Amino acid sequence: MARRAGLVASPAPVSTEPPSPEVAGGAGSGGGLRLLVERREAAIFVVAVALFLYFTFATSAFISYANFVTLTQFLAPIAVIGAGEALLLTAAEVDLSAGTSFIFFPFVAYFLWANAGLPIGLAIVISLIAAACFGAINGLLTVMLDLPSFVTTLGTLFALDGIMLLTSNGVQDTFSLSGTGGSILGNYSWSEVLWALFLVAGMFVLFHRTRFGLHIVATGGNQLGAAEAGVAVRRVKVWTFVLCSVVSAFAGIIDAVRITTLDPGNDGTLEMFYAVAAAVIGGTALTGGRGTVIGAGIGAIVLGVLYDGLNIQGVSAFYFELVLGVAILLAMAANVQLRRVAMRRWRVVR
Amino acid sequence: MSDVASTPSEPDGDRSNEILRIEHIRKSFGAVVALRDINLHLNRGEVLGLVGDNGTGKSTLVKVLSGFHRPDAGRILIEGTEVTLHSVRDARRQGIETVYQDLALIPQMSIYHNLFLNREMTFGGPVRMLSNRKMRRLAAEYLADIRVSIPDIDATVEQLSGGQRQAIAVARATRSEVKILLLDEPLAAMGAKESSLIIDLIRDLSARGVSLVIIDHNYTHLFELCDRLNVIEQGQITLDTAVRDTSLEELTAYMVTEYRKQIMAGRPDASS
Ligand SMILES: Nc1ncnc2c1ncn2[C@@H]1O[C@H](COP(=O)(O)OP(=O)(O)O)[C@@H](O)[C@H]1O
Ligand SMILES: [Mg+2]
Repeated sequence: MARRAGLVASPAPVSTEPPSPEVAGGAGSGGGLRLLVERREAAIFVVAVALFLYFTFATSAFISYANFVTLTQFLAPIAVIGAGEALLLTAAEVDLSAGTSFIFFPFVAYFLWANAGLPIGLAIVISLIAAACFGAINGLLTVMLDLPSFVTTLGTLFALDGIMLLTSNGVQDTFSLSGTGGSILGNYSWSEVLWALFLVAGMFVLFHRTRFGLHIVATGGNQLGAAEAGVAVRRVKVWTFVLCSVVSAFAGIIDAVRITTLDPGNDGTLEMFYAVAAAVIGGTALTGGRGTVIGAGIGAIVLGVLYDGLNIQGVSAFYFELVLGVAILLAMAANVQLRRVAMRRWRVVR
Repeated sequence: MSDVASTPSEPDGDRSNEILRIEHIRKSFGAVVALRDINLHLNRGEVLGLVGDNGTGKSTLVKVLSGFHRPDAGRILIEGTEVTLHSVRDARRQGIETVYQDLALIPQMSIYHNLFLNREMTFGGPVRMLSNRKMRRLAAEYLADIRVSIPDIDATVEQLSGGQRQAIAVARATRSEVKILLLDEPLAAMGAKESSLIIDLIRDLSARGVSLVIIDHNYTHLFELCDRLNVIEQGQITLDTAVRDTSLEELTAYMVTEYRKQIMAGRPDASS
């Protein structure tokens, strides 16, 4: 709407005039600021490094092999789900059920493997296909009923959680794999973070280097305009939901194998909120059209370092929630403010 | 100048020169009838001006022809052959390009990504990657070609002025092979200098044989640019006249008379 108003309200545009040096100059006077605005990950990267250094010097136990294992295992699922949420937020949608996928689909894989006797690889593939179908339901409900995904995925969150509680009778299971397969799927200390790196890198390439990624930005940036230009906005949204469900499910399977426990008492909402927080802190806007996959990864690192560092310091876990809350508010405010400053600095005529 | 016959399908001479003909097109949005019964034709290389008050269905007509809306009824013929435009992509395949009234640009995306939106260049496989460098270069070249000056090809569209945005939207529609160009108020946010740039571009395209439909509220522009004018009222074409058969004064008088008629008839939306 603001864009439209701008169109009407600017009667003296300057497109035939020579380019403004400030704009054309790129770096120049505001180079650092411009970097912060255009590489939205830059600000959060600085924060991540600062936190890292702080805990390195403030505690003796932070820099250690054992702690790095703990730290990366904590942040890996948040990074993966967060990257999925970053894509969805960029498409102006959100998946509140991603954390529930993270908890539920390991159950499906476990059932197919332990009860139905399928090989573990096939069991995982089928459970991921099931996750894809669940994501498609999220997407189709959203685009067909023209409802906000905040509503549709809130519904599917509870529905999926209900199915999980009913089928498991709320009883925990032990998901323990052995051998090479088990190592690859989570038993090896670093496998969870290696998977996360792989998945986040894959989503980064998809988002920044393919048509699909560009169409996610177009869909979230101006849905009507994108559709007028021929972008299949509904299809783009549905596939983004599918992607978010599948990566969440896979992250859940790896995590379940590592901790060897399946707990239907967890509805996954905490994981989901951490993931959304990582995406938002990393510089992805809730309004659509602006997002960063790497930012979500770095956001997860910030969450992980904070959580782990405060833990080591013996600070109550309650502080973590408080600090996280403040960090989210700061990140949102910074996003908006940096854009405003940038618009003033580099605007041509608005 | 005379009102159009209500039956466009009657034999009215040679149609071999027609690139586009639409017959009895109807489009409603729920209870709102946007297009009641549209009949018009466009000749090869012709510039057709479409005039009408706000809300008379001009943009809806453009969106039907761009493949964005499916009409409820009626026929579209391109070069004498009936076509169904299933999608925007479909219409583009037929050589129809559109500059929408809302421009259909993505504010957060770079100028060159906007220019190539939905026609991105890619390379490799099985996952095809964007050829960003190539798109960037071609976009800069094309904009220089048509003398649209922008601050920085990497700038996002939200950083541009209204006129610059309009120039980008026009550039996107004209960059590739176009047979029929639909322009929905392309000069609305433009200053005099930019307007003349776009007017030159339209003349240039017309000289190269492109057929154009242009919507504009500025009759002076229309008389400068168009070969023929159609007036649209309440989703119907009520007047079809060659520009040489009429004048600015006559058209203005006609529109005022029609407007008065509507007020007399007590149309609630006539004053809007
Ligand atoms: N997508 C839509 N949904 C509902 N009504 C619409 C839609 N598009 C246009 N209309 C209605 O159709 C009528 C014609 O609109 P439009 O074609 O935009 O007119 P114009 O471009 O001549 O101003 C208006 O009454 C408008 O409110
Ligand atoms: Mg209009």
